[in-house]
Amino acid sequence: MTQPAKPDLVTVNVDGREVSVPKGTNMIEAARLAGVDVPHYCYHPKLTVVGNCRMCLVEMGLPAVDPATKQPVMDPATGKQKINWVPRPTIACATNATPGLHIRTNTPSVKDCREGVMEFLLINHPLDCPICDQAGECRLQEQSMGYGRGYSRFIEHKNVKPKRTQLGPRVTLDDERCILCSRCIRFCKEVAKDDVLGFVDRGSYSTLTCYPGKELANNYSLNTVDICPVGALTSTDFRFKMRVWFLKQTNSIDTESSVGANTVVWSREGVIYRITPRRNDEVNDTWMTDSGRLLFKEVRQENRLTAVQVDGQASSLDIAIHTAAELLKAGSVAVVGSGRSSVEEQFLTKKIADTLKASTQLVARVGQGDKILLSADRNPNVRGALVTGLINRLPEAQLSQLGAAIDAGKVKTVLAINEDLSAAGLTQAQLGKVAIVYVGTHANATSAAARVVLPTLTVFEKSGTLVNQQFRIQKFHAAIPGLAGAVNDLVVLGKLLAKVGGSSAPTDLTGVWAQLVGEVAVLAGLSFAKISDTGVVLNASDFANLVFPEGETLHYKPAAASAPVPA
Amino acid sequence: MPAPEQRRIIFKHIDEPGYTPDIDCYVRNGGYEVLKKSVQRKPEEIVDEVKKSGLRGRGGAGFPCGVKWSLLDRKSGKPIYLVVNADESEPGTFKDRYIIHQDPHQLIEGIMITCFANNVKQAYIYIRGEFPEGARILERAIAEARARNFAGPNILGTGYSCEIYVHRGAGAYICGEETGLIESLEGKRPYPRIKPPYFPAVLGLYMCPTIVNNVETLCHVKYIADVGGQAFSQIGTPNNTGTRIFCVSGHVKRPGYYEFETGKITLGQLLNEVCGGPLPGRKFKAVIPGGSSAKVLKFGERFKGKRKAGAEMVDYDWALEDVPMDFDSLAMIGSMGGSGGVIVMDDSVNMVDALANINAFYAHESCGQCTPCREGSLWMKKISNRMVHGDARTEDGALLKSVADQIAGRTICAFGEACSWPTQSFIQKFGDEFKAYPDAKKQPKRDGTLELV
Repeated sequence: MTQPAKPDLVTVNVDGREVSVPKGTNMIEAARLAGVDVPHYCYHPKLTVVGNCRMCLVEMGLPAVDPATKQPVMDPATGKQKINWVPRPTIACATNATPGLHIRTNTPSVKDCREGVMEFLLINHPLDCPICDQAGECRLQEQSMGYGRGYSRFIEHKNVKPKRTQLGPRVTLDDERCILCSRCIRFCKEVAKDDVLGFVDRGSYSTLTCYPGKELANNYSLNTVDICPVGALTSTDFRFKMRVWFLKQTNSIDTESSVGANTVVWSREGVIYRITPRRNDEVNDTWMTDSGRLLFKEVRQENRLTAVQVDGQASSLDIAIHTAAELLKAGSVAVVGSGRSSVEEQFLTKKIADTLKASTQLVARVGQGDKILLSADRNPNVRGALVTGLINRLPEAQLSQLGAAIDAGKVKTVLAINEDLSAAGLTQAQLGKVAIVYVGTHANATSAAARVVLPTLTVFEKSGTLVNQQFRIQKFHAAIPGLAGAVNDLVVLGKLLAKVGGSSAPTDLTGVWAQLVGEVAVLAGLSFAKISDTGVVLNASDFANLVFPEGETLHYKPAAASAPVPA
Repeated sequence: MPAPEQRRIIFKHIDEPGYTPDIDCYVRNGGYEVLKKSVQRKPEEIVDEVKKSGLRGRGGAGFPCGVKWSLLDRKSGKPIYLVVNADESEPGTFKDRYIIHQDPHQLIEGIMITCFANNVKQAYIYIRGEFPEGARILERAIAEARARNFAGPNILGTGYSCEIYVHRGAGAYICGEETGLIESLEGKRPYPRIKPPYFPAVLGLYMCPTIVNNVETLCHVKYIADVGGQAFSQIGTPNNTGTRIFCVSGHVKRPGYYEFETGKITLGQLLNEVCGGPLPGRKFKAVIPGGSSAKVLKFGERFKGKRKAGAEMVDYDWALEDVPMDFDSLAMIGSMGGSGGVIVMDDSVNMVDALANINAFYAHESCGQCTPCREGSLWMKKISNRMVHGDARTEDGALLKSVADQIAGRTICAFGEACSWPTQSFIQKFGDEFKAYPDAKKQPKRDGTLELV
């Protein structure tokens, strides 16, 4: 773990409180550090500053300096340097911390500014909160409570604008609710690099729209819904499904690629309604892909495995484990682990393989990276398999070596962890030659051909850790209970390990971590509880000679990009 | 005291019989001699002359031109641009169009001198969309100047090169705001930039240091380069040097444009003597002295206070007619010299109607970028429109004032002030008329009054 260089600190004064902040921090963030809320709409920490909402107006002052002598001017009353207060209010978002900068956020004039802006934002707003999806997480609603007037002086007709524009396949726009903060426009331009949104018309009639002939269809379009401070941009999928205050939030990780974007899973009574990004400045900022938000749909997919099976017949877990163990103990075993399993599962898989003296392999999934938050490696946890020692070289997409071993009769039994062997290149004939123990979530050709099927949980139903492309170990938590019939992976693997003769076979996170810290050097000193919500970067020096498939993404630069290694 | 004579420096040849906008006519009248002289001097000398002259910008804000130039970031290594603001859009202002239409080479010579003085290699004339003829005239004039080597590569054999381009706006008042203009010139919506950090002198056009000057200002620069800063500073009054062009419109006998030494003529002299006084049977009621965004002044008001005269402070006690027409005096009495557009209203005008007209303009022209101006200007329009065409309430005046107070000083650009000052001042000075408007509406209108909205 390396320490970042210490930034230059400057001391600023917020409402009389001194606070040290890195030089250049804007005053909204500086006030936040001082525990003072400066309300805002257009400002977003990960987008350029435009200063158009005017909600963050504050009083600003600078220490007085004699223009002739450059000496500080002291105030005899306080004995401190005099502060020259700027007569006009200043926007905090575009004011950067400089030594001695003072702001006041609690004066009558600041209150008046906020009430003025709130009133202006509401006069043409439809005030349809009772039917608005944003209610409950609407900045306009919250700040009208905190800083609004509480009554209306507006008796004119409100402006009329389009009510339900489909901006793209996933985003619906209500222009009347839009407060023209331009966050979505800036996001598309600056982060998604797909500059399709803009305003047409002018003044209060300004209307957000797509460029003619274009649509908001990029894989990041739903982030505009997240950052929309009002109910103008809504997710076509989530719209009208559930009030957000009923939903439980669980921290999770996006498993669609090795980026490992941090997420929040929103669920109620065992049903997931949406996934949104969770801020992690070292991984995904405040963004995630649209495709990653859809992953929860796999929980209730038709082909979800919900019954323990032995030879096609429903069975009990203990019988199935017993059967599987007998098959495995017969020898000539190959273990196909998964880059989609958690670190803990990979660790138990490795222990099973070690006990059986079986060969281990992983299936690689490599696609096109998008240079933002979708990396080329579509397995979320290949590095976890390296760290736990499940594998010691990078996986290949085709299990051709395993196929050859089967054909040569060297492998009689295959333990497949959530991987479809036929999708990885094994033929139906090859699958027929071996006994398969399948541990996984969804039905496929491999589970169909398996002697023993052990249904397990999706990432949303269990807890664990994943190691992303930066060798950052990150936690995910169970958002919903496992589907009836499916068994926690650790229970399945632990019991299997015990049955095949493993000496110590934990079946829960605590137990696995007790062994992980002792047996995996780079995890020494850690525990599941000690890993913070934004993850911990592991020492990756053991793997410096490997050439990973990922190209550059938002917060990741491939280390060995300069030296291509021959295949 | 009789009104002084006009002193036409910028408008010397405007409306002169036989004077044409082509280069031959300009050269015949001594044109481009100043440029020939100037390119032989050191650029810094010309900048110094302009600083010495005390010239203040003629676009509206009256910012000292020499100071503006000295703020330029000359060390960045980036090119420096000159942008000529010919987006003359302030209601009541019509001075630049006469320069462009009748004496375009005066402007081009001023541009070239300014460019040479500031090492500018590219200048843009941003002309409002409603001046198609002006744009054609300028294009022609630039081609003529280029053909005679007054512009383009290797000007007059000095090795110095500079191109001028004409860029037409698309019809938006906000493009007159210098950073909005720059955005528009870059091909974007003319949303004014936040300052800090985007001061044009440092991060202007294409994020390069940029000078934005008004047409009239650059013509003054040409004159300063000719006579010298010292001589120029003797014209007018201290801190208000040179001449000013007043564009008088509204209820006077002889509306039009008049050029006087700044501060040497009072408002009363201008309106009563130069413009011939009120129309028969009418009385002056109000005047907006610097374009429609300036605060209105009421006839019958008196202004008292202390002002600087040389090094001393002296008392003043002025009737409105006594106020000298210069930047400082008009600012002292709570209005501004602005762009020189003097709009006169007589007793036939109902001030509510007049304000409704102004509010309609500003609501139409608000760019919509920042909240107070976007929502406030339209709200004010809706209120004043309702007063005129629907139900007026006695409390509407107070509401209008309160809305305006929520705009001024809180916006990205000066449009916030431009759209709220009329409302603030109309209600401050004619509040009774707003209160009485519901009743006044029931009275038949006087003959000959115009529908204002």
